[in-house]
Amino acid sequence: MKEVSFEVEKGEFLSVVGRSGAGKTTLLKLLLAEEKPSLGKIFFENKDLSQIVDFSKYRQKLGVIFQDYRLLSSKTVYENVAYVLEIMGYPDQEIQKNVSQVLQLVGLEKKADNFPRQLSGGEQQRAAIARALIHRPEVILADEPTGNLDPYHTREVISILEKINQMGTTIILATHNQEIISSLKKRAISLDRGKLIQDNKKGSFIL
Amino acid sequence: MQKILIQRIINFGWQNFKRQKPLALATTSVLILSTTLISGLFLFHGISGKVIDLLKERADLSIYFLTEVSEQEILKIKEDLSQFPEIKSIKYVSREEALERFIERHKKTPFLMEALSEVGENPLQASLNVKTFQAHQYAAVASFLENAPFKNLIDKVNLYQNQRIIEKIFSISSTLKRIGILLSLILAAITILVVFSLIRLSIFASREEISIMKLVGAPNLAIKGPFLVQGAIAGILATFFAFLLTFLFCFTFSSKVSIVFPGFNLFGFFLSNLWLIFLFQLFSGVGLGILSSLFAIRKYLEQ
Repeated sequence: MKEVSFEVEKGEFLSVVGRSGAGKTTLLKLLLAEEKPSLGKIFFENKDLSQIVDFSKYRQKLGVIFQDYRLLSSKTVYENVAYVLEIMGYPDQEIQKNVSQVLQLVGLEKKADNFPRQLSGGEQQRAAIARALIHRPEVILADEPTGNLDPYHTREVISILEKINQMGTTIILATHNQEIISSLKKRAISLDRGKLIQDNKKGSFIL
Repeated sequence: MQKILIQRIINFGWQNFKRQKPLALATTSVLILSTTLISGLFLFHGISGKVIDLLKERADLSIYFLTEVSEQEILKIKEDLSQFPEIKSIKYVSREEALERFIERHKKTPFLMEALSEVGENPLQASLNVKTFQAHQYAAVASFLENAPFKNLIDKVNLYQNQRIIEKIFSISSTLKRIGILLSLILAAITILVVFSLIRLSIFASREEISIMKLVGAPNLAIKGPFLVQGAIAGILATFFAFLLTFLFCFTFSSKVSIVFPGFNLFGFFLSNLWLIFLFQLFSGVGLGILSSLFAIRKYLEQ
């Protein structure tokens, strides 16, 4: 990636669009500090990411949704969603309450005791969304969250993200789905071969 | 907050342990094997120490005097000898006492009794029974006696045979000690390697999970902790079984060991060292379990 420079305001819903291989996933990996930039700087709340030694605290402020779900296969849906709260030290009662609320929100309350391998793709994605929301992060990074879903579930996932955004959470959504962007009518930045080629406030974009 | 995190780490570890039964079984078995063997070596060390003590207690040097030497002369020599710092104790056995002991010991052997009455007078010699602090000091005492001013009063010194036995036991025991330590170390190393490989396999299988945990913000402790707990649980279980095995072994073979080493009670030794053996096993079992996990996970936690 090069010549990518942009700013995201608190509470914004930003879509990152571009063809496969344009650098969307790499951009999100950089934001998550999963990869380090060889040149340039990334700031979160005015803090330079390269100055952070222990990323766990930083990552606890984010919620991540991966295209391939990345649920913990040895834990049940409930445990997957509760995990972040558990490592953050929330009391058990609060965890129980929040997890069942969020599972209800994504419609998985009946699958709480299932393991990820017992779920369909859409259900796994919803479990991953529940995990990303559970600790009320400041920013949600979503990498093609609808990539493996049918149009019905796609709309459902996007409407969940919109709802969370309305409650004040910043969303950064990477996608190559034109329909989503058009229906969102929100700011979108376009990447092409690792370069930022357009920053559009109204949600139209070029692939 | 730290406390609740530690509680949860223990929970995660226990959960992993339960959900990965084959791994748990393999790890625990290896730990049982090595913990039992290591405590076997510990017991063996204890046994050899006890046996040496028993033999040392029995080892002595006897100076037999010619029958015409008077009691005063012998007691004077006893006094001279007791000046030696090496000598722990000296006991005088008079001719009469020696006879009494002889009769006591052989009264059921009519042939010896007849021979004794045929001799008429008391044929036994008075003697001094010397014990030193260390086995090798007997040689020094013996060589002094060879050149002592009263050496013409002495008929014979009963030492050389005993001394050879003592020296042999000492060299065997110190060799055993060295071998025991070496064996324990080798065994511990093998255990660490095997358990390390087992846990590493499990960590390798969960490397995807480890990376996910990192990405959702788990601190290193929360990732490493459960694996260490898994190792510790295997160690605790192994201690329990190893202790049971050691108990059964001591209980079963105590009487057999007493036949080989009269006066030594293996089960009694086990009971009197109960806590020591238990703690020893707990430390080696849990220590080996945790250490192996620690080695195995280190590599996967680099940021």
